[in-house]
Amino acid sequence: MFRKSRAHFDVIFTLAWRYLWRNHRRTLIMLAAITVGVWAMIFMTALMRGMVDDMLLNGIRNLPGEIQIHHPQYRDDPSINNSIDPPDKRLLQALQIPEVQAWTGRVRVPAVISSERDSRGITLLGIEPESEVRLSFDLDSIAAGRFLKNSSDHGLVIGAKLAERLETRLGKRVVIMSQDPDNNIVDRGFRVVGIYKAKMASLEELYVYAGLETVQKLLHLDDQISEIAITGENYRNTANWYPQIKQATGENLQTLPWYEADTYLGAMLAMMDGFVLVWIIVIFLALSFGLVNTLVMAVFERTREIGLMQALGMHPTMILYQILMESFLLLFIGLLIGNVLAVSTIIPLQDGIDISAVAQGMEMMGSSSMLYPALKLNDILLANSIVIVLGLLTSLLPAWHAAQLNPIEALGKD
Amino acid sequence: MNAIVCKDLCKTFKQGEEIITGLNNVSIIIEKGDFVCLSGPSGSGKTTLLNAIGGLDTPDSGEISIGDIRIDKLGKGALADMRLHNIGFVFQAYNLIPVLTARENVEFVMQVSGMSAAERSQKSHAILKEVGLEGMEDRRPAQLSGGQQQRVAVARAIVSQPTLILADEPTANLDSVASSQLMDLFTQLNRHHHITFVIATHDIRVMKYAKRLIGMEDGKIISDQINNDQTINVQTVNNKAQ
Repeated sequence: MFRKSRAHFDVIFTLAWRYLWRNHRRTLIMLAAITVGVWAMIFMTALMRGMVDDMLLNGIRNLPGEIQIHHPQYRDDPSINNSIDPPDKRLLQALQIPEVQAWTGRVRVPAVISSERDSRGITLLGIEPESEVRLSFDLDSIAAGRFLKNSSDHGLVIGAKLAERLETRLGKRVVIMSQDPDNNIVDRGFRVVGIYKAKMASLEELYVYAGLETVQKLLHLDDQISEIAITGENYRNTANWYPQIKQATGENLQTLPWYEADTYLGAMLAMMDGFVLVWIIVIFLALSFGLVNTLVMAVFERTREIGLMQALGMHPTMILYQILMESFLLLFIGLLIGNVLAVSTIIPLQDGIDISAVAQGMEMMGSSSMLYPALKLNDILLANSIVIVLGLLTSLLPAWHAAQLNPIEALGKD
Repeated sequence: MNAIVCKDLCKTFKQGEEIITGLNNVSIIIEKGDFVCLSGPSGSGKTTLLNAIGGLDTPDSGEISIGDIRIDKLGKGALADMRLHNIGFVFQAYNLIPVLTARENVEFVMQVSGMSAAERSQKSHAILKEVGLEGMEDRRPAQLSGGQQQRVAVARAIVSQPTLILADEPTANLDSVASSQLMDLFTQLNRHHHITFVIATHDIRVMKYAKRLIGMEDGKIISDQINNDQTINVQTVNNKAQ
């Protein structure tokens, strides 16, 4: 049985391989088309993934945190009156699970910042510097001065863009004005101790960092905070550990994963997965016309020889397998070269592609000025599987046609 | 023992609006080890009869048996199996697979029937030597002369030791020397291996090798005679063919 199958495989493979190269020019053209198609599938998907990952990460960074715990009314009215207590014992225990990479509690209130030249509406973030750095703040983004030392630091860290708007600079004093829980205006002078650069210029104008205790004192908040933000290792896995946190917080607080806190981001992730699939299929459809044409021509050219093989006793199924094998070899070689080409063009771009020429436009979509292609194994497997599976399905028609040829009619063809 | 039994075979073809009779109630019995020539003018039905016997074409009515097998009742796959194991074909236009070498062409049938590589190699080497093509095993058909190609086709037809060889105008594209060599080979195979030969031909040089001559016209058998000295009795048939 094995010997027979082996002999059949050998004859099918030999015929498919030799016929593939009989018209080598046509085969090379088709191979080039498959290679370019596969390269485009993987390369463009990596670029799109990179862009969307960046948009999602920036979006999550804006929240920031993959899971957020708030007062139930905070999202409708992010005022100081909707503050919450720091994490209780039960929640602190839940935050010990290995999936949690970092967490922090912060005060987040709308405020006004004034320099001697100008005033701006901002979001004041009262933070624990140590945990905030673990969670979201990148110390390399400090362009001048320093980051906050501790939660009782009296300094202020503002964005470069905001400093430019306020016409202020490092070491200068600014005034922060907001409301306390009794709706009284509270204000305090701060010295600018650090200026940061964000990936998105709009964030530089929005977020102003101060020490948590300093802000709590300013706003007469005791130890209350606006939110607890938690982050894990991969934002795509948040759904796996979110229920444990939600269970620990109970019903009195609102616990939301990032894709519910910002439904636009969640929808974007789902849309991206769908878009990648559509993109790969659209490229494949363009390829499939060439593939079918190549196989139809290959069958047409050797109708007589197929008739001969049938006359000599080759089963119609073996004729079918022969054409499918030819298609498989064509697809396999095209995929191999396409994959190598795609990976070798993506790897040199891993340090990012500077798209600052169009970054302002991209920023409106939440993307930063550097685009990092994201080569994902799943995307490569998806592209390869679609090309092989749909390619073979597409080849069934010419293969079936060849298998159904009448030996006498086929032998009579010139 | 009968190798082939055909009973009341009828076959018609449609050519445009016209109905052409390929076989008209043809009945024939060919014994095992016979050497039969079918002769007649073009359109007389000899190739149609050969194709029907070979299971390449199915008759509209009638019965065909090869040995004990009623082949007119078989499906496509079973017919392919029957051809693979029982029949060797030699065609007018050599009909070799152009992408395979002479050795691979000979091995093709054995490979399809599932024979091991070692056995195939041994048999193909021996048979190519027997047909005088030793040293040309790795040449592709385009690198061989017409006579050599036809020898490869014969080697392919006989290598799996079929009980029956059907040849359609096997010498049509060969010169007289190559034709004689081929027919000598056929005769030798018929005598030594007891293979039954049915050859459709116009060629009087081929007919002289036959043990039995069957003349056809308009899809009917018009003459059926034993060629006792295998050199005479062909003139009348040939005259009809002209």
